[in-house]
Amino acid sequence: MSVLVFVEGLNGEIKKSSLEAAFYGSQVAQTLGTTATAVAIGDVHQDALARLGEQGISKVLYDSDERLKQFVADAYVKVIAAAAQKENAKVLVFSNSNIGAAVGSKLAVRLQGSLATNVTTLPKTENGAFTVTRSVFSGKAFADVALTSEVKIIAVKKNALEIGAAAGNAAAVESFSAALSDADFAAAPKETVMQDSEGGVLLPEAEIVVSGGRGLKGPENWHLVEDLAKALGAATACSKPVSDLDWRPHHEHVGQTGITISPNLYIAIGISGAIQHLAGVNSSKVIVVINKDPEAPFFKAADYGIVGDAFEVVPKLIEAAKALDK
Amino acid sequence: MKILVCISNVPDTTSKINFTADNKSFDKNGVQFVINPWDEYALTRAIELKEAKGGSVTVLNVGEADAEPNIRKALAIGADDAIRVNAHPTDAFFVAQQIAAIAQEEKYDIILMGKESIDFNGFQVHNMVGELLGIPSVTPAFKLDLVDDTTARLEREIEGGKEVVEVKLPFVASAQQPMSEPRIPNMRGIMTARTKPLKVVEPVSTAAKTEYVNFSKPEKKGGVKMIDPENAGELISLLRNEAKVL
Repeated sequence: MSVLVFVEGLNGEIKKSSLEAAFYGSQVAQTLGTTATAVAIGDVHQDALARLGEQGISKVLYDSDERLKQFVADAYVKVIAAAAQKENAKVLVFSNSNIGAAVGSKLAVRLQGSLATNVTTLPKTENGAFTVTRSVFSGKAFADVALTSEVKIIAVKKNALEIGAAAGNAAAVESFSAALSDADFAAAPKETVMQDSEGGVLLPEAEIVVSGGRGLKGPENWHLVEDLAKALGAATACSKPVSDLDWRPHHEHVGQTGITISPNLYIAIGISGAIQHLAGVNSSKVIVVINKDPEAPFFKAADYGIVGDAFEVVPKLIEAAKALDK
Repeated sequence: MKILVCISNVPDTTSKINFTADNKSFDKNGVQFVINPWDEYALTRAIELKEAKGGSVTVLNVGEADAEPNIRKALAIGADDAIRVNAHPTDAFFVAQQIAAIAQEEKYDIILMGKESIDFNGFQVHNMVGELLGIPSVTPAFKLDLVDDTTARLEREIEGGKEVVEVKLPFVASAQQPMSEPRIPNMRGIMTARTKPLKVVEPVSTAAKTEYVNFSKPEKKGGVKMIDPENAGELISLLRNEAKVL
């Protein structure tokens, strides 16, 4: 019996959220007195895989099939299910990404397993129970969920847990392949278009997010958000009205019906803090609110606040951020 | 073209979330329930496809009788008929099994639903349904068009970009904005919805695989530290030295 972690690559490296999942998996393995194996698919460098040892992973099964460079749920499920069988894995760990949650859901059916997504804690295993805490109600609450099947599948919420200190040894990387048929690629993507990520940070993975609302008055003023984000190495985001007005693309909309994020630092500029917006960002560790209206409800949820005009305040922040020694 | 749209009955997005005294379940007192916002994108797109290509839209809810006002609302928006599986939805697997059981019988060309519900945020049901039925699932999709009578073209979000996927019917897709512009029912829709069929069926026997044992709310924050806008730059040093997030 072992713990199996699925890790996702991006441009040859392993995504930060997958490193978190790997560390989580190794902690669960330690609790259960077993080892953690990772399974990786597609475009990931061998040395990045070996470095998973730093998260406590002892072995990596790597399927380099060219067809798997793009995400195809059915094919990924087959590979991970085969790896789970090979390792006799009873706990499977994913990142709560679009890919991780999708594959985890399908595996829950195929392996007759219990699945919890959006998980924020390591499992409690007293008295034969296996209980995790997950974020619910768009971050407004938590639920403790008992996973009752023999196979337990966990999708770990991004940025919910710290990645641990380096454990040392490199992980052993083994080639691995599952028998895949054409039918497994029936829903293969025809085309993949990546956003212009020149110098940018992916929003779902970001540790710092700078976000703008209607207080910025128009898309022509977005350079304030972008310049501050650039100075801090942050991703940019926006409120729902801003994406509805087409000032910014929908994939930047954070909130209850947009992307739910949990960065270390969330800076909201010109966003009053409707309850729906708050729901998508309130699990950020530190929230900064900049708004010229002292009555803006967002100040109640903030750790730091500035009542002032964004057009005067933000340039000062950019200047101070640029002066930081990185 | 037969389309099935699965909707959840969820607390209004402005709801304050509270739990019963034993923290075992959600406290519905004083809470307005709505169609899950993401399901509304699915519903409206299904109706648009029906209007363009013909066919029917069936709405499905796995839930108790108190969901019926929102099922009627979906009918008022333009769905043709509805099915309610009369059960308390215990977990995603249970719900997926109920949907799959209905779909097995009725043979829908497209099964649509929101990417997740705003209460349990599982992001699970659509993929489970696809797996149970052995048909492709495309999630989360923000664009859905029919290429011809047998093929659909979807665009879905991936971290850092988007993908274009073409799938043969039947398939499952989950919706997110901006797949469609949700509609408000008009008076004519509300009147006709009263006479549209709403079938109540009993659930197929399935054991849930997870059990919710306790709910809690996040700890309250310690209060906001205000910074003089004249010395806004001070914030950056506080974020580095005090909050330690830079």
